[in-house]
Amino acid sequence: MKEIFESTLEKLLADQVTLDLVKASEEQGWMEPLWDLLQSSGFSLAAAPEESGGTGLGWEELNGVIELCGRFCLPLPLPESILSNWLLGACGLQGLNCAVSFAAENSLQWDGKLLSGSVRQVPWGRYVDKLVTVVGSESPVVVVLEPNSAASSSLSTNLAGESRDDFIFENYLPIDSSALPSNLDSQVLLKGGAMLRSAQIIGALEELLRVSAEYGNERVQFGKPITKFQVVQHQLAVVAENVAAARVSVQAAFEESGSAFPTLQLMAAKICTSDAASVGASTAHAVHGAIGFTQEYSLHPLTRRLWSWRSEYGSATYWSKLLGKSICEMGSEALWPTITSGDLNV
Amino acid sequence: MGFDAKFSQKLGARGWIGMALPKKYGGSDADAFSRYVVIEELLAAGAPVSAHWFADRQSGPLILRYGTEEQKESYLPAICRGESYFCIGMSEPNSGSDLASIRSNAKKVGDKWVLNGQKVWTTNAHHSHYMIALVRTSESESRHGGMSQFIIDLSLPGVEVRPIKDLTGAEHFNEVFFDNVELPDEALAGSEGQGWHQVTAELAFERSGPERFLSSMALLKVMIDEVGQYPDAYQAKEIGRLTARLLTLRNMSLSVTRQLNAGANPAWSASCVKDFGVGFEQEIPEIAQSILETLPSTQGGNDYSKVLAYLTQQAPSFSLRGGTREILRGIIARGLGLR
Ligand SMILES: Cc1cc2nc3c(=O)[nH]c(=O)nc-3n(C[C@H](O)[C@H](O)[C@H](O)COP(=O)(O)OP(=O)(O)OC[C@H]3O[C@@H](n4cnc5c(N)ncnc54)[C@H](O)[C@@H]3O)c2cc1C
Repeated sequence: MKEIFESTLEKLLADQVTLDLVKASEEQGWMEPLWDLLQSSGFSLAAAPEESGGTGLGWEELNGVIELCGRFCLPLPLPESILSNWLLGACGLQGLNCAVSFAAENSLQWDGKLLSGSVRQVPWGRYVDKLVTVVGSESPVVVVLEPNSAASSSLSTNLAGESRDDFIFENYLPIDSSALPSNLDSQVLLKGGAMLRSAQIIGALEELLRVSAEYGNERVQFGKPITKFQVVQHQLAVVAENVAAARVSVQAAFEESGSAFPTLQLMAAKICTSDAASVGASTAHAVHGAIGFTQEYSLHPLTRRLWSWRSEYGSATYWSKLLGKSICEMGSEALWPTITSGDLNV
Repeated sequence: MGFDAKFSQKLGARGWIGMALPKKYGGSDADAFSRYVVIEELLAAGAPVSAHWFADRQSGPLILRYGTEEQKESYLPAICRGESYFCIGMSEPNSGSDLASIRSNAKKVGDKWVLNGQKVWTTNAHHSHYMIALVRTSESESRHGGMSQFIIDLSLPGVEVRPIKDLTGAEHFNEVFFDNVELPDEALAGSEGQGWHQVTAELAFERSGPERFLSSMALLKVMIDEVGQYPDAYQAKEIGRLTARLLTLRNMSLSVTRQLNAGANPAWSASCVKDFGVGFEQEIPEIAQSILETLPSTQGGNDYSKVLAYLTQQAPSFSLRGGTREILRGIIARGLGLR
């Protein structure tokens, strides 16, 4: 199943997601035909259980799918829909066969019936039909909202031109709601978002490394390909090491994900991928020279995404501080057992 | 890593040395992962495992893979008992990174080999019974041809071992001279002329193990103790980031072990583990001295200042031993198709 999903998506994205399409999405917005294609192929419901109308794939099986979205710079909320539908399924709700996104951050107040307050940084918020978010921290509840019904909105994009929108709701009756199961906490969408971005970053980084090596082998200066200069080789080797480490961290996070996300592994994944994104983007631009700094050349869709994604759903610093705090609280004797067992409760 | 022969023998008695070797040679027939668990726990606890370290990691597996039946029977059981110690003779005064330029040589005279030359930086040679050395055995057209490996009994006439003090004054590495040392034919390890190939396979073991990221573990632990339960933002960030990388390095190292276990030669991945691991290990003393205002000291002070002093001075060697940073990056670049 995993292989079929991945190869089908890879073929579809390779056919459809051209540099022109990525650029067009920055100017024109929603790529409706492509979204329809993705949705009708069932990708957005992949992680929802069968009884919720999905395919019931586990996170380990979806790792490659999310990476492909990063590698091809897919300018649509497929990762977001997969996570949202997974959460709905986990709460016993039906998956949504439409474009759906989520808000990891909100200031919503809920009186048990009506909602008021804001949701922030919703990926593709202005285009999606529905969004999910979690309200309340004591006994958290998942609610489904329609961005169209917001009282007001504030539209914005990240560095890569991907929409990241805020909405304010006033006395709004959510179209669906359900209590979170006890193994999930109110931070589940922040954690899930960090998982998605980590996998997208690794997909983008592998592509970045590939195009940088390819460009470097072709570009001739001083009578030889620039990759024949040892400094260039070593810079790319450092990127490759960082990517190898980041890849392993993402794999571990997805492998350990089941009905909840593994805190320690997902922190490590977001920390390692965000660090690798910084190293990778900077070196790729150095190797490409001025051509890589142009809008026409296809490097920036990758690097502008890396610069955005490394900060979304917690930067390396955010997760490092949280992790360091709990390691210090537990004391030095707990460090090694924590590493080998992989268990951390924050 | 401390040297303690008694400790090594006790470990051997428990079956914790040469675990992955076959039972008939004194091993436990354990898989690579069981061995991995044992050695990483030993390292994480700071156990004195230096005496048997190279034998367990490199020499035992090498003899098992390339040795004759007689060699296996004569060397492996003593390795497993923690009684027989090995050192690795690769570097020479004029051959460091450029290992293929070695000049020590063995010439076949009758049914013996006569060995001449010099090795240097040989860790533990002064405590070891044997050296597995890479030497030249014939002229060869190819840069990597004409080399072979020998198991050299260091008590033979003509072998001289002289310790070299390192920058802290301690004696860990040595120079070893060979003056017409007569080696029996059985000293040849593996095939004549295949030395280079055998050594590169061996280096994957050397470059990917948990010692590649656990040497500075002791400092990370005292750092957590010293910072205490309420770190400030900077301390929390640095300790968290190191923890994330430690977890990831362990996963990388396990993945290389998986490949080694499956009989592959994961030279590329092993080089990534080593260079990324070295970056991590060299960063720990740097972070440690920036996170708290404690003076490093070798003459007393608390655990923190002692461990900091020790690792600050050891750190430069991390990116030299087992292949320098530049050499590893060259290997990684080759894997990327850049050279
Ligand atoms: C603590 C310690 C223990 C050791 N134990 C052992 C042991 O047990 N057995 C053993 O055989 N050896 C041992 N060594 C030796 C180690 O393998 C060598 O130090 C290492 O291979 C580098 O060789 P070198 O010191 O001669 O440096 P050199 O090769 O002279 O290198 C000096 C500098 O030049 C750079 N350089 C060299 N060639 C290139 C190139 N082509 N491109 C770019 N840069 C280059 C290097 O990266 C380095 O930065 C040990 C070393 C240390 C420090």
